[in-house]
Amino acid sequence: MVRVSLEELYKEVILDHYRAPRNKGRVDPHDVALERNNPLCGDEIELFLKFDGGNVEGIGFEGKGCSISQASASMMTEKVKGMDAKEAAALAETIKAMMAGQTEGDPDELEDLVSLKGVVKYPVRIKCALLGWNTLLEALEDGART
Amino acid sequence: MSLNPEVIRKDFPIFETQAHGKRLVYLDSAATSQKPRQVVDRIVHFYETENANVHRGVYELGEKATAAYEEARRACARFIGAKSTRSIVFTRGTTEAINLVRFSWGRANVGEGDEILLTEMEHHSNLIPWQLLAQEKGATLRHLPIDDEGKLRVDLLGDYITDKTKLVGMNLMSNVLGTINPVRQVADAAHSAGAVILVDAAQAAPHLSFDVNELDADFLGYSAHKMCGPTGAGVLYGRENLLDEMPPFHGGGEMIREVWADRATWNEIPYKFEAGTPNIAQAVGMGAAVKYLEALGMEEVRKHEMELTGYAIERIASTGATIYGPKDVSERGGVVSFNLDEVHPHDMATIVDQEGVCIRAGHHCAQPLMRRLDVPATARASFYIYNTQEDVDVLIDALEKSKGWFA
Repeated sequence: MVRVSLEELYKEVILDHYRAPRNKGRVDPHDVALERNNPLCGDEIELFLKFDGGNVEGIGFEGKGCSISQASASMMTEKVKGMDAKEAAALAETIKAMMAGQTEGDPDELEDLVSLKGVVKYPVRIKCALLGWNTLLEALEDGART
Repeated sequence: MSLNPEVIRKDFPIFETQAHGKRLVYLDSAATSQKPRQVVDRIVHFYETENANVHRGVYELGEKATAAYEEARRACARFIGAKSTRSIVFTRGTTEAINLVRFSWGRANVGEGDEILLTEMEHHSNLIPWQLLAQEKGATLRHLPIDDEGKLRVDLLGDYITDKTKLVGMNLMSNVLGTINPVRQVADAAHSAGAVILVDAAQAAPHLSFDVNELDADFLGYSAHKMCGPTGAGVLYGRENLLDEMPPFHGGGEMIREVWADRATWNEIPYKFEAGTPNIAQAVGMGAAVKYLEALGMEEVRKHEMELTGYAIERIASTGATIYGPKDVSERGGVVSFNLDEVHPHDMATIVDQEGVCIRAGHHCAQPLMRRLDVPATARASFYIYNTQEDVDVLIDALEKSKGWFA
């Protein structure tokens, strides 16, 4: 078995987002609020979205959970804020594919989000990293319907 | 002679392996225990020299298989003080034992408006079956509260057991808090109200010496895999008169006496509840696990775990962690749930794993209890006969390292 170092999982940028989460808190008024959790570990996210036409104008989250789940959600909100909703959904799919080991991900496009790649080597933690992104995909679908 | 974990470790081949190149410190026996060579060898011996179906073959090999299977049943009866093997039904484990009671006894005896009393510290396996039965029958579930130290509020029994109570379901030892519960006291209250009591002994059986007659249990379930035995084997103990009256659970071979095209009559207990080919080798392995523990002596097992748990609680508390459950080791078993403010349990489990330490992180199949404790999750270290003070020391060093990551 290949030794995997904790430094690959707990990169400084992840620890930074965990210590000081961005866009933490409700967005009011919002168009969509969606709460999801990982039933096995108890990680929780409540995501708030406010749309302006096809754009994600406002995004914020509340949550409790491990560093990976909360940092991933924080990085997600930072990246997605102001994005076209369809592009945001495509980005979420890219992150999911990266976690499934199906794509390396483009560092220029993903920026800080590349740091999530270390999670791939910790299979039980992948669902932590994806909690926010799966919630975002569902919330975007809800938003498209309203 | 007191129990020496260093000697016991030599019985467990798993401790010849390493975790991340380090000494394996296995602190998740509340989830499943490791298996001694004696149990593994017994299962291999069965498959190599005794394997046939049970209660069928007239040939010698079939008799050998049946003898091994029934010998295991005698061991499982003796282990919990059951007077007759007729009251010992082999199941896949405690969960199936509880579900057997739900489908068979529960469907026949619980009706609309009746009450089922559980506790706030039940494992999902002793909660969900009763939720499903209550929904099906229009019955009401109630939950005896716990106090802030994680002990049952038995002072409230008078309010919670009523003339509507049909069944009380509770564990003998909590898989989260470690609390050892006063089953006999609850059983007396249940019986006075005409209710039956089902005891989930999945956590207790590996660690405590108990007797179903002293507990006055009507039903009691326990699993092999948490007590040095294989997965896929467990026992439902039931009072003979209750089992005799109950309708079958699964239908199939073995559980019948005489079959016509449109109807059948049932075999005697316990076979009435053992439809199909049972997990024979696993049951034989469970019998071997019982004998392994009997040779150590359950009183010695308990003494060792009390000492180690006391040491662990003191050391874990010294890291600044919050510890859940009773502080007095005479009131609890070797399951220690805790949280560090700085480190989420999930991160903690990943980080200490790098030091070779296996602990559990999550809700431990007890989400309502997590809500009662007002935590989303906890870390949990649980101890068994092969754990040493050195294991605790490695855990503490690893916990300190985990704090370093989030300082």
